[in-house]
Amino acid sequence: MVNPNVQGKTYPATEPYLVGREKIREFAHAVKSTSTVNLDVFAAQAAGYADVIAPPTFAVVIQERSLATVLADPEAEIDFSRVVHGDQRFVHARPIVAGDELTSELTVASVKTLGAHSMVTFETRIFDVEKQLVCTAISTLVVRGDE
Amino acid sequence: MTHININSLEVGQQIGSSEFLLTRDSLVRYAGASGDFNPIHYRDDFAKSVGLEGVLAHGMLTMGAAVQVAVDWVGDAGRIVDYGVRFTKPVWVDAADGAVLVVTGKVGEIDVDGARVRIDLTATFNDAGVLGKAQAWVRL
Repeated sequence: MVNPNVQGKTYPATEPYLVGREKIREFAHAVKSTSTVNLDVFAAQAAGYADVIAPPTFAVVIQERSLATVLADPEAEIDFSRVVHGDQRFVHARPIVAGDELTSELTVASVKTLGAHSMVTFETRIFDVEKQLVCTAISTLVVRGDE
Repeated sequence: MTHININSLEVGQQIGSSEFLLTRDSLVRYAGASGDFNPIHYRDDFAKSVGLEGVLAHGMLTMGAAVQVAVDWVGDAGRIVDYGVRFTKPVWVDAADGAVLVVTGKVGEIDVDGARVRIDLTATFNDAGVLGKAQAWVRL
């Protein structure tokens, strides 16, 4: 069971994550992207970007860094071995570009109880070095209770 | 600008489809690329010990592959401005044969004033849907 008192709690921003060009290529291959803007610097620049851009779901890597701080928070009482990913959404103000330095700030948007299970929704706002919002990642985890 | 004229689109219009072969190699590659090293995605003995049928694909891998149909249609991954899914069923990945994910996309909603289109994706494995409400808003 997740502690309902963490609803509304915001966790401190994570240390900056430097997005590498090869990391983007590695992630793009992993999600089976053949999009040239993910892989080829010249194609990305021709499309108006400074460097290769990340696939739309790459922000999960940043989100995970914030989630790790919540899972390590004894107050939240989340048992990771019982967690199932319920849903996921990414709302992009702009694509993530190689060279970005990103920090994220997570808020527990809601904690709901459904029988023995809990559903926790996290909203992770991802910012660049200018403190401009790049992406909001919204994730719901289902934490299974005792059957 | 893209090659797509928003006025030529119709709700319900198919935009494309793809088949993705997810093998154990794909899962290990995704684990490394994403940092998600949960052993349920590469170890049968571990998956079974926590009550699962076997090794399953990362939901985020399924989500990431499915959106490629919309990316390929618009031709620029940076135009996917809002993308969400529900994870409804696991994709079991056989050690020898892997799993085939079939993804199709169609136009769900057209926002002419906002110059964007909602693409509704379906992703199936063994003829059953594995993602719910998989919707990608694409800026044209």
